[in-house]
Amino acid sequence: MSSDQELPRWLDLVVLPLFNLALALLVCGIVVLVIGLDPLQVLALLVRGAFGSRIGVSYTLYYATTFVFTGLAVAVAFHGGLFNIGGEGQAMLGGIGTALVALALGDHASAWIVLPAMVLAAAVFGAAWAAVPAALQAWRGSHVVITTIMFNFIASALLSWLLINVLKDPGNMTVESRSFGPGAHVPALHELLALAGVQWPRSPLNLSVLLAAASAVLVYLLVWRTRPGYMLRAVGHAPEAARYAGIRPPAQIMFSMMLSGALAGLVGINEVAGTHGRLLLDYVVGAGFAGIAVSLIGRNHPVGIVLASLLFGALYQGGAELAFEIAGFSRDMVFTLQGLIVLFSGAMAQVAAPTLARAWFALEHRLRPAHG
Amino acid sequence: MDDIAVGTLLASTLRVSTPLILCALAGTLSERSGVIDLGLEGKMLLTAFAAGTAAAVFGSLALALLIAVAVGVALSMLHGYACVSHRGDQVVMGMAITMTAAGLTVVLGIAWFHQGGQTPPLPDAVRLSPWFSASADLLRDAPPVLKALAIGLLGHNIMVYAALVLVPAVAWLLARTRFGLRLRAAGENPAMVDAAGVSVQALRYAALSLNGVLCSLAGSYLVLAQNPSFIPHMTAGRGYMALAAMIFGKWQPVGAFWACLLFGFLDASAIRLQGAPLPWIGAVPVQAIQALPYVMTIVLLAGFIGRSRAPKALGVPYAKTH
Amino acid sequence: MMPAVAMRGIRKRFGAVQANDGVDLTVAAGTVHGIVGENGAGKSTLMSILYGLVSADGGSIEINGQAATIRHSRDAMQLGVGMVHQHFMLVETFSALDNVLLGAEPAWHLAAARAQGRVRLQDLMRDSGLQVRLDAPVEDLPVGERQRLEILKALYRGARILILDEPTAVLTPQETEQLFHTLRQLRARGTTILLITHKLKEIIALTDAVTVMRAGRVVLDCATADTTTDALAQAMVGRRVQLGRGSDAVAQAHGEPLLRADHLQWRDAAGVVRLADVSIALRPGEIVGIAGVSGNGQSELLDALAGLLVPDAGDLQLAGRRFTPARWLDPATARDLAVAHVPEDRQRRGLVLPFAAWESAVLGYHARPRYDHHGWMVHDTMFADAASMMERYDVRPRDPRIRSGQFSGGNQQKLVLAREAMPEPKVLLVGQPTRGVDIGAIEFIHGRLRAMRDAGGALLVVSSELDEILALADRVLVMNGGRISGELPIDACTEGALGRLMGDAAADSVQSAAA
Repeated sequence: MSSDQELPRWLDLVVLPLFNLALALLVCGIVVLVIGLDPLQVLALLVRGAFGSRIGVSYTLYYATTFVFTGLAVAVAFHGGLFNIGGEGQAMLGGIGTALVALALGDHASAWIVLPAMVLAAAVFGAAWAAVPAALQAWRGSHVVITTIMFNFIASALLSWLLINVLKDPGNMTVESRSFGPGAHVPALHELLALAGVQWPRSPLNLSVLLAAASAVLVYLLVWRTRPGYMLRAVGHAPEAARYAGIRPPAQIMFSMMLSGALAGLVGINEVAGTHGRLLLDYVVGAGFAGIAVSLIGRNHPVGIVLASLLFGALYQGGAELAFEIAGFSRDMVFTLQGLIVLFSGAMAQVAAPTLARAWFALEHRLRPAHG
Repeated sequence: MDDIAVGTLLASTLRVSTPLILCALAGTLSERSGVIDLGLEGKMLLTAFAAGTAAAVFGSLALALLIAVAVGVALSMLHGYACVSHRGDQVVMGMAITMTAAGLTVVLGIAWFHQGGQTPPLPDAVRLSPWFSASADLLRDAPPVLKALAIGLLGHNIMVYAALVLVPAVAWLLARTRFGLRLRAAGENPAMVDAAGVSVQALRYAALSLNGVLCSLAGSYLVLAQNPSFIPHMTAGRGYMALAAMIFGKWQPVGAFWACLLFGFLDASAIRLQGAPLPWIGAVPVQAIQALPYVMTIVLLAGFIGRSRAPKALGVPYAKTH
Repeated sequence: MMPAVAMRGIRKRFGAVQANDGVDLTVAAGTVHGIVGENGAGKSTLMSILYGLVSADGGSIEINGQAATIRHSRDAMQLGVGMVHQHFMLVETFSALDNVLLGAEPAWHLAAARAQGRVRLQDLMRDSGLQVRLDAPVEDLPVGERQRLEILKALYRGARILILDEPTAVLTPQETEQLFHTLRQLRARGTTILLITHKLKEIIALTDAVTVMRAGRVVLDCATADTTTDALAQAMVGRRVQLGRGSDAVAQAHGEPLLRADHLQWRDAAGVVRLADVSIALRPGEIVGIAGVSGNGQSELLDALAGLLVPDAGDLQLAGRRFTPARWLDPATARDLAVAHVPEDRQRRGLVLPFAAWESAVLGYHARPRYDHHGWMVHDTMFADAASMMERYDVRPRDPRIRSGQFSGGNQQKLVLAREAMPEPKVLLVGQPTRGVDIGAIEFIHGRLRAMRDAGGALLVVSSELDEILALADRVLVMNGGRISGELPIDACTEGALGRLMGDAAADSVQSAAA
């Protein structure tokens, strides 16, 4: 993973992601041209749609919340040396856990009990879903990439069965559960602001955004400042050195994957409890994969992930606005950009980095004589 | 179950399995040479779109196939460029191809055809036509077993028969040719291949080219035979099911073929079995049947029903140490 | 008669090390020519140059009298040079036949290729006396047969000059005899054989001529009939041996052993015996040095004592506790019992290269209360300790924030040693303390190790540099073939005595007794 000449840290952490992002935007811009639109106009409208109004900003933050969860999930597993593609499935299970608690307690208990219980359930269900692939990797050597992909499909089937056969609201035609009771209601931002006397437009943005921010901080502290985090990173970077140090890789694999699954599971709080107030089929759709893109361009660090999540939130919200305003534009352009970001920051990162390093050192070399 | 029902089930199994078989063969070639391919889904999708678009625009079946193959090979070459020539992460690259394809096909579809991402329905003249249907009619009064087989095996389009023929063809290529020997060696011990004076890169690129062609056949099949047009996200995870079949078949073409048939059978019969009580088990929910291929693959990967051993050098980029 | 191989003035430098310094080698056709030397003498480099794996900085090569440019192993193969490496290049799931054919298949259709290849191979096997089951998958073949397969591969490609690199390292005594038989038959056919080995008995038994290398130069070159194992041993070891260490008084080890291991045995996954029957005791105030060409069980011994390897048999006594294979030591417990370990492979085991120095500085000790307050790592203390370690052991640059991977080899080693020395362990296990370390740092490290001994610690130093062992150790053990072939107090370490122990001459009687 290291090139002959190492990039200075700031180049590696800031310039390289921006460079890869620029490449992705460039290619996307070409696609925009191909379909007969003006890339700059599209970009301007997108930015306005994402940040130009209070409701736009709220939606951007609401989307970003989900991406923070799935992005952190990918990052935590990455630091443990594993690629967790199962964010989709773990998020589904998190939503199921949330719904089960909400349906059981939401009608009778107060929010002070139900909300923490839902958060716990979401995390536990997500962690449990990641635990099986983790165990198979740790003790049977089964590649976690393949097993988590399989588990995504199994989760989808499970959710479908659960909704259609068990939880379906009998009085309703659509495939969803009945609405959760008042105890399971996650306060929306506009409701909280209204309490303070501030008028804020309605949006799905809810308290989960604070949960997401807290998760980012907690993940940072855990991974870089605690002993479990030290052990996790040691195994992720250098399994041989970890063994030498008395750290057992199987335990760390379980820990990192389950923590990862728990984070992905929290999507359930934002989407199932926070936004919809009931369990439905397609609340995850693509969030797990977006999390991969977010983590890759965010360099697997909470700060980068938060910034990248905001970027993606803006893209999703701006994209939705654009779909209204421009005929023929759909959200799928954002998905395309997402894929291109994964392409350039992930797969092609090896291609760009050495070139960048050489360019930088050449530049540095030329500047140096001037300073004597 | 009478002979018509059996025959019909066989026929629908074959139809559903065909894209799986083609993709699984593609994945097998790539992975046996040492390159992980998680982009089967994306390649199938993008080539399906290419075929549907080209057929609608040019009205030519041949041109549609040609363009689809070109797109498929181009994607595989991109995979090779990032992962074989440079040491890009093969897993991430596969994901990137799939994610980009998912978005791009809809974006272009909406922009070009304004039908919400669908391509225009294709006239029969441009689609693949059934073969041997006359023979199927002739056997209408044949004894039950023959009749079932006739209904099951005759009247399919060329792609189905091509898939069935390609299975032994790929198996033969891998096991009985010099190229196949070297390709398999590249996936097990690339250093040894290099020391013997054979280019590992060339072998992997060759495998990826074949992979691209096979994926494009799968994609074309979806649009030129199965559906009348391209629909957004029409692959619906079948690329991953093909991956699972390849693993379940232990990276062997014939094994993958049987796994594809099995998974295809489950898919085809899922709707039929829904609600119908089976002996000893009772009513099986359709979702359980849908999940079964993936569960079975996990059980195999966990080593509970025999070992599934991946090619030894799979996923490890090879860099010459000279 | 034209020599088969004539290498003149070969020079090769790897970084700071002059691996080959003007080496001349002449090998007569149809003979078995031995090349002997310790680790790092330059023999592997010389052969790698001949086989095209490495390109020389200077010098010339002639094959059968013709000047030759060898840039890739392909060129070497075309000139009739074949090589059997220590680590076999085989595809385990393929049959032996397929392994031979790969890359040189006579036809594109495998059935035809296999048929043609089989005929040719059967002729070859008959001629050379080599027997290999062509249709068996390689994973089913024992090591000796795999080696014969490697030889067959080279012969199939027309090798008339065969290089074998430490071929008997992985063989049982019976397999070694079989190999000798095969090599004699090949010689009778006119094949020229170059045998890289450190085992003097093999030289005497098999070769017609022998070249001894030391520190990149040829120090002895003669017909085998004209020399003895003693002369070879002396040439290998050299005259730089200082008897005793002058003013440096040899420390007297005193007291009960701090660590004691008895009758350790271990067989690796391939079934090769790596520890045959090793017993060792470490007393306070002594440095025990283990000499011997690496690959004779030294690494496995270190790992077993550090808790990284569980032996099949034997036991360990440490700090009043007894460990048996059922419940062996683990690295964390070892550290708790004041046993520290500087691993041979500092990059893969001793450090986490992407970690900053201050994080690598607590590797293995990260759970200690000093650094870990109820799960919270105390970065200030970690940083301060790292800074103090770097100060005391002169690690440069003196910045704990630099990533471990960016330090030079010598500084990495000093950092690892500083870390292991800091908790003042009672026992210190050290593997290759100065491998890849610059001269200045070597003296420093040696000084620190002596200081630890003087403070009452027990040190076990494994090194493939004999000079280092002689400079540090109070008593010297030599390991050969997984057992300790002899022990000498430092004063008794003459060139002859040591060379004999290392050259397998003494072990031989033990081996044939055990066979």
